Amino acid sequence: MTASLIAALPALPIIAPLLTAILLIAGPSRRAQRTLGLAGSLATLAASIALVLLTRGGQVMPIQAGGWAAPYGITLVADMLGALMVLIAALIGLVGLVFTIASGRDDRFVHAGWQFLLTGINWAFLTGDLFNLYVAYEVMLISSYFLLTHGTTQRQAREAFGYVAINLVASMFFLFGVALIYSATGTLNMAHLAERVPLAPAGTVRAASMMLLVAFGTKAAIFPFYFWLPHAYAIPPGGVAAFFGGMLTKVGVYSLFRVFTIVFPSGGPDPLLLWSAAGTMLFGVLGALAQDSVRRILSFHIISQVGYMIMGLALAGQLGIAGGIFYILHHIVVKSGLLLVGGAIEETQGTDRLDRLGGLARTNGVLALAFVVCALSLAGVPPFSGFFAKLLLIRAGLEVGQYGVVAVSIVVSVLTLMSMLKIYTTAFWGPGEPRRAPARLVAPAAALALITIAVGLRPQVLYSLTSTAAAHLTQPARYIGTVLKK
Amino acid sequence: MTTLVALLVGTLVATGFYLLLGKSLVRQIIGLSLLSHAAHITILLSAGLRGGVPVISATRGPMTDPLPQALILTAIVISFGVTAFLLALGYRMHLFGGEEKHGKEKRDDR
Repeated sequence: MTASLIAALPALPIIAPLLTAILLIAGPSRRAQRTLGLAGSLATLAASIALVLLTRGGQVMPIQAGGWAAPYGITLVADMLGALMVLIAALIGLVGLVFTIASGRDDRFVHAGWQFLLTGINWAFLTGDLFNLYVAYEVMLISSYFLLTHGTTQRQAREAFGYVAINLVASMFFLFGVALIYSATGTLNMAHLAERVPLAPAGTVRAASMMLLVAFGTKAAIFPFYFWLPHAYAIPPGGVAAFFGGMLTKVGVYSLFRVFTIVFPSGGPDPLLLWSAAGTMLFGVLGALAQDSVRRILSFHIISQVGYMIMGLALAGQLGIAGGIFYILHHIVVKSGLLLVGGAIEETQGTDRLDRLGGLARTNGVLALAFVVCALSLAGVPPFSGFFAKLLLIRAGLEVGQYGVVAVSIVVSVLTLMSMLKIYTTAFWGPGEPRRAPARLVAPAAALALITIAVGLRPQVLYSLTSTAAAHLTQPARYIGTVLKK
Repeated sequence: MTTLVALLVGTLVATGFYLLLGKSLVRQIIGLSLLSHAAHITILLSAGLRGGVPVISATRGPMTDPLPQALILTAIVISFGVTAFLLALGYRMHLFGGEEKHGKEKRDDR
């Protein structure tokens, strides 16, 4: 009984929210919807915690759907990286849902859409098959289209149309890449691809990897494919924006980490990705400096932070990739926390434009504290988790002698701090007696701020987990062997 | 035959992008669905076009790889769903009188 339950565990973070979503579509009363939604998120969180504990020692847990052996059937794989990503998705899903309920923005089918989104995200993290990754992306994207356009105003509809269009074009590139790689190797299972790609014609493989880079890069908002993000993420209500801003682009980043290490490994630092990482960091933060509302500044910061993660991937060593994964996890917590602060400001003050805000620190002490902790962590100031994430990346960069990208990353940290100061000095200081945000809107952001402090105090716990995850990606022999049952 | 189908894919991509770059909302939606169909046909091509009907073929001999057909079936369903969503969204924008305004940046209406 327990053995079979443990064997089925990698499927649970997908099945739990899916079943919850199906129940929610039946349209029970508001109270039942809230209970069900929270229960589904909690069940996913419990399953993902169990997964992290089970894969902690570097185990790889595959599930062969339908009993078909690996290259023929559909494979779900939970390794350390997948388990950590599922854990963070479940956590942010729960916190964002609590905020959405607290701010009363959960009318009609929001709960069902939320659970479907969680299904798609977890599926993308756990699949071991390129085409399944595409399907998971689409489940996630269609749910995100729904949450984005829900209760549409005219401005939302216009921005959402661009978001849908850009994602459709990216999906087209994804399918082109899948077709090319299938014609070159005759398989789509990632572990099987890792074995067959070195034998395939180099030109086709190169073309396929570029197609997939464009597809994942667009979804991850890396330079030069980032232009759509700030428009799309500034429109939904606070809780949804926090979930989107924290998780959705990171699914693209995760896919880049997975595919460009196991399937298309690069021997050393990849110049194309390094340039892209530097561009992403720089243009994101420069865009942020030019904005004049809290959530738009934060949306531009998502772009610049993705640059750091790509920097870790581009450096290609185990330290770089471990640093990149550390950065992803740290960033999701901190960014969602900041977006929840922005959401709480917008819910209580009715606007998040900097020129209409002021004096928030006087009436909202806890909110200001949560903002300061998250902002300093985002900028990489020592006692918080961001410092250790950046330290790992900078050390990895110095080790392989990529001084240019290290310099850019340090400059961008300073610029990040500058734009955070801009929010703090205009919105939290200055004149004005703004309304006090109720505790239920402040608590979710405060909880995430506490997590970043906890990680900052004991970074070695998370670092040992991320370096296990990075070891799977840089030496994929164990991953391949377990999935293909060798 | 393969060359002809590859040319068809190229035409679909070119037409799709041309329509997508236009101003009319309906044309943009049609362009997007042409683009996804180009991708579907490319997946079909990845199996190769020679060989008999797979799985249920009465004749023995070389068969076409059936997997890409399963893949495009999934992909077509997904693109059908997204196109339906886009049409609904486009209708919503039309109700708002959004078609004329679409594409013009008018940021500050909150």
